[in-house]
Amino acid sequence: MSNTQYKFTDFKSELNVRWCPGCGDHAILNSVQKSMAELNYKPEDVVVVSGIGCSSRFTYYMNTYGFHTIHGRASAIASGVKSANPKLNVWQITGDGDALAIGGNHFIHTVRRNIDLNMIVFNNQIYGLTKGQYSPTSSHGFVSKTSPFGTIEPPFRPGELTLGARGNFFARAIDRDLKLCQEVFKEAANHKGSSVVEVLQNCVIYNDNTHNMIADKNHKADRTIKLEHGKPMIFGKERDKGLILDNMNLKVAKIGENGVTEKDILVHDAKSNNNALHLMLANMEYPEFPVAMGVIRSVDAPTYEKQMEDQIESVQSQSKVKNFYQLAKDGDVWEVK
Amino acid sequence: MGKSSKVIEVEKLSVRFSGDSGDGMQLTGTLFSHTSAAFGNDISTFPDFPADIRAPQGTIGGVSGFQVHFGKGVATPGDKTDVLIAMNPAALKANAKHMKPGGTIITDSDSFDKKGLEKAGYKTENPITEDKLESFNFIEAPITSLTKEAVQDLGLDNKSALRSKNMFALGLVYWLFNRPLEHTTEFIRSKFAAKERVMTANLRVLEAGYNYGNVIEAVTPSYHISPTESKKGFYRNLNGNKAVAWGFLMAAEKSGLELFLGSYPITPATEILQELAERKDMGVKVFQAEDEIAGICTALGASFAGDLGVTTTSGPGLALKTEAIGLAVMAELPLVVVDVQRGGPSTGLPTKTEQADLLQALFGRNGESPVAVIAASTPVNCFDYTYYACKIAVEHMIPVIVLTDGFLANGTQQWRVPNEDDFPDITIPKTKQKPEEFKTYLRSPEKLNRDWVFPGTPGYTHRIGGLEKDSVTGNISHDGPNHQKMVNLRQEKLDKIVDIIPDLEVEGDKDADLLVIGWGGTYGHLYSAVEEMNKENKKVAFAHFNYINPLPNNTADILKEYKNIVVCELNMGQFANYLRMKHPEYKYKQYNKVQGQPFTVKELKDQFIKILEG
Repeated sequence: MSNTQYKFTDFKSELNVRWCPGCGDHAILNSVQKSMAELNYKPEDVVVVSGIGCSSRFTYYMNTYGFHTIHGRASAIASGVKSANPKLNVWQITGDGDALAIGGNHFIHTVRRNIDLNMIVFNNQIYGLTKGQYSPTSSHGFVSKTSPFGTIEPPFRPGELTLGARGNFFARAIDRDLKLCQEVFKEAANHKGSSVVEVLQNCVIYNDNTHNMIADKNHKADRTIKLEHGKPMIFGKERDKGLILDNMNLKVAKIGENGVTEKDILVHDAKSNNNALHLMLANMEYPEFPVAMGVIRSVDAPTYEKQMEDQIESVQSQSKVKNFYQLAKDGDVWEVK
Repeated sequence: MGKSSKVIEVEKLSVRFSGDSGDGMQLTGTLFSHTSAAFGNDISTFPDFPADIRAPQGTIGGVSGFQVHFGKGVATPGDKTDVLIAMNPAALKANAKHMKPGGTIITDSDSFDKKGLEKAGYKTENPITEDKLESFNFIEAPITSLTKEAVQDLGLDNKSALRSKNMFALGLVYWLFNRPLEHTTEFIRSKFAAKERVMTANLRVLEAGYNYGNVIEAVTPSYHISPTESKKGFYRNLNGNKAVAWGFLMAAEKSGLELFLGSYPITPATEILQELAERKDMGVKVFQAEDEIAGICTALGASFAGDLGVTTTSGPGLALKTEAIGLAVMAELPLVVVDVQRGGPSTGLPTKTEQADLLQALFGRNGESPVAVIAASTPVNCFDYTYYACKIAVEHMIPVIVLTDGFLANGTQQWRVPNEDDFPDITIPKTKQKPEEFKTYLRSPEKLNRDWVFPGTPGYTHRIGGLEKDSVTGNISHDGPNHQKMVNLRQEKLDKIVDIIPDLEVEGDKDADLLVIGWGGTYGHLYSAVEEMNKENKKVAFAHFNYINPLPNNTADILKEYKNIVVCELNMGQFANYLRMKHPEYKYKQYNKVQGQPFTVKELKDQFIKILEG
């Protein structure tokens, strides 16, 4: 094997990227390509599987193996790819509609099975490719072409859904923070099992600035919190706010007020098997809370494809039947001479 | 055996075991057919069970039946039965209509009490006069009480003791047909190895049933059915579902690909999934998906990754798989979809047979979306056609739909284990292109297939998908003329399959006035009807289709030879209409039935005679 170190440009296909100018997808594409180079991936060992939607065009822009499939089914197809050949690095690129509406069933079951996929969910809270209808992550009351008087549906929260499906890895990033994107993509890649990364992504045409409330440069520090395993959950421009537990509920506390010291601030444990706190962290919403960024949960658990391989190996090692003809002549057989 | 006088020699006979769905009739029938096949008879079986797991005990809805036809030249499970075993009044009520005149009916007389008769819907206390069954030869055996008596000292509770009463019936039938008990006793010993009392109970009751035959010898004749001479080799019984599973296994082994099944349980196809789940010893990857869609999608993903990706289902599941089949057409990946047809539409008749998914298989997709369609025609040739489906899918890079049906799936026949060279090899279309010049959709001139390059291969990274693509590079293309070209190419690729499929054959009296046409699971009944008519000097020919899309090359050459053509199928005329579309120059009569049951030889003959008589 050669030790060629691939550059991030080696992961770019020859096709022109055709997302709208200013779309958050451009930044995510760059972050994924940079992450793959830093992960020392070989392009031939990578399979990118996508469904349908703006984000799903991603596949064509990657100089890897790729399968642009049908709406909602990317998790199922990616599951087949990974189970068939566990050596491949399989990335699923999907959106809030593709993964959580039409593909909701496949999404939760893939997460439950813990197949080693990196599932990147581009969440722009809108259907972009069909030109502006609400999605399952659009907030209640959201006005769109199919909800001219506001939606009457509560939205899914991708983190809550992932943890509810017994997910072992959930992280969140925002498209414009390339450094954070790369960091969580690499963490997701190194995690063995289904890794779900929600990327808050901006649709510049149909839902511009939807994440601006928290993404805006002036407010980011106060309205988001970057979680790091083993570190106290402190945030704010002045690093003077933190999260504490108050009667089973999370609460934002100001360090130095009401007797709160840094010692009272919760320390993030992404590796805790108990997902109760992870769920609370994933569900934090502005303005009551800062929105959690980074790796919220990362717990090791047996993967589906490894167990499949192990089971086959174990049965084969104990079986006297080694090929089809032996099988066909085994058991309830009689011979005509 | 101590039996002298009344032994009747016959060529073939059929027997139907019937009882409550908890009475173990499927097992009883299976054991009887194994014994007969090992004895050297041709067999054909037909299990007929209710859709409900446990319908109310003793009612008609809960009757489960298993018919075995055995002897020489057996091609169907038999229209009517010579011998019926009715474990309760409901079984008699439901099955007496399947009897041949003058046949023998064995009942468990203990169950014919007032309550039992009422539950079965009899209005009087005498079912024989009530249903006018006087012409049958009744053996009224107190099976329940004799079973209890046989196991009395074993200390089993009442329920466990009665669980073995099916063995009494089986023992009695073995006596009736002069069959050895060894096969069954061996089975009982191994099945209940860990439960000695249950083993002893079953063995004793089996023997008690056999011995009861000697008690009634004076009044009942027994039968002798000679073995058939068979080709040398190893034999076993196989039903259609297991034959499909095994066809996949051999295709994987011969192609050198690993087998990946993505599937979701659905009647009557589930057994294929179960059989392959058991075959981890053969390295099979079985993925029980969350739904039918994920079943096919995981298989297609596995196929993209370089496995032999296959999926199995029945009609409603095929409907759900539609979009993914279209993706396989577009992506030009190998994929085999097995549809074990059942009565439709919608949930329809899940446990009953029908052939009404043909047009769904052929055309049930958006866009111009040609797929190969193949139909198996006997339980054991489900093996052959599954194998050939894999060969076509891999070598031509195309999805193939294999149609079987509930009748083939559950019916068994004896099967000769093939020799290693009985089937042709399967060659994977690996690329000969240089990496730097690799074009994803460059086609071989012979088959028009593209090359199959597995992810993980350095230098050949490429992207495929459901969007229309350039005819050579495979890049996305919205160009109109290119789309026309690709639509044409996908059809031409399918048409090329005709080069490797065998010509259609005509059986029976070739120089006939009437050509009977069938396809798929109706073969045995059509064949028997034509054979019997030929014996009666009636001129009828028979052509049966296994390859539906494309049709065999010589189809028109055969059709043009016959003045009368009748297309017989278990639907309302789907294949007839397909032939009208493909070969509109000929006239087609139809014979159709949709009652969840196979044709009967008799109804077919009646129909053909009517046509011949004009």
